[in-house]
Amino acid sequence: MSGWPEAIYSALGELGVSQVGYVPDAGHTRLIELCRSDPAMRAVVLTTEEEGVALLAGAWLGGQRGVLLMQSSGVGNCVNMLALNQVCRLPLLMLVTMRGEWGEFNPWQLPMGQSAADVLKIAGAVVERLDQAEMAGETVQAAGRIAFEGQVPVAVLLGQRLIGAKSFLR
Amino acid sequence: MPDSRTVSISEQFPLRRREVAKALLAERGDLLVIAGLGSTAWDVTAAGDHPLNFPLWGAMGGAAMIGLGLALAQPARRVLVITGDGEQLMGLGSLAAIAVQRPANLALVVFDNERYGETGMQTTHTAYGADLAGIAAAAGFRVAGTVRAPEELEAARQIIRTETGPIFYAVKVRAEPLPLVLPPKDGAHLKDRFRLALLGPDAVTAKGPS
Repeated sequence: MSGWPEAIYSALGELGVSQVGYVPDAGHTRLIELCRSDPAMRAVVLTTEEEGVALLAGAWLGGQRGVLLMQSSGVGNCVNMLALNQVCRLPLLMLVTMRGEWGEFNPWQLPMGQSAADVLKIAGAVVERLDQAEMAGETVQAAGRIAFEGQVPVAVLLGQRLIGAKSFLR
Repeated sequence: MPDSRTVSISEQFPLRRREVAKALLAERGDLLVIAGLGSTAWDVTAAGDHPLNFPLWGAMGGAAMIGLGLALAQPARRVLVITGDGEQLMGLGSLAAIAVQRPANLALVVFDNERYGETGMQTTHTAYGADLAGIAAAAGFRVAGTVRAPEELEAARQIIRTETGPIFYAVKVRAEPLPLVLPPKDGAHLKDRFRLALLGPDAVTAKGPS
């Protein structure tokens, strides 16, 4: 079955992404699996999201493109490290699965989920949203183009409506 | 706070950081160098500013991971990260992240003076016994050690240049005030000169590939 994770994965391939930094996340499970099984991509599991900002700064210095996969709670962890992107004019493509919106059952996710877009903008990132599965490929393509052609940080927020609100009932 | 008597006296360490930087970077060949913010950026610059140095003025805790991204992108080149104990302590998790990737071409050297040099020489956690090389070894670095004497430094230098990584050394250096030797401060310039030197002119022109 082909869905939005497959469409994003194809877009990343077309963008020439070869390093994938990620903090494991339920919403990104399938995309992480696809990237990990691709010999043309190096998947780097991080202990915290700002490591990925630094990782991909190094990747760009070395001539490679990357993507950073994280959950909205990780956005706050990245703030100081995003100075790299502003000061050095470094590209960064971030795909952020949202929590703390649309049917969220855990109130502890609300503060970062509700502030993620604003925090990213204040930290200098271009912010796009993705709420419809059929738009996934082209949204990531377009965001990657802004990031890599313009050498700026760009975040795509994948809405909880797209991913499906998390539940403890499995 | 631990009793101040338990703090080791780093002024007694024989190795001097500027000499260590000079030794590590002598005849550097095609070595790619990341320098952590603060004193290590000044040390690396004092050894000779170079387009294939990327000295940081911020991004504390990020030097090692920048080194990892660069090492993965450039597997045929050796990458040396030189940073301070305070900077590395802010990115301890990155030691685990690097060890998982096992980059054969990455070496990480921490100049450990047991002090936060840029903020007034307050003691860091290593002054109370935190063992950075032990942490790196436990995380899974292939080579990890602490250097205290000149002859150990020469042995470490050989390993950094020739052995399979990931390699980690904590070099205990004297806590000492030194004149600032500043690299260029503009980040976009530092990035462009690095990419120009490493990747060629296409990497920094508007129409060029990534």
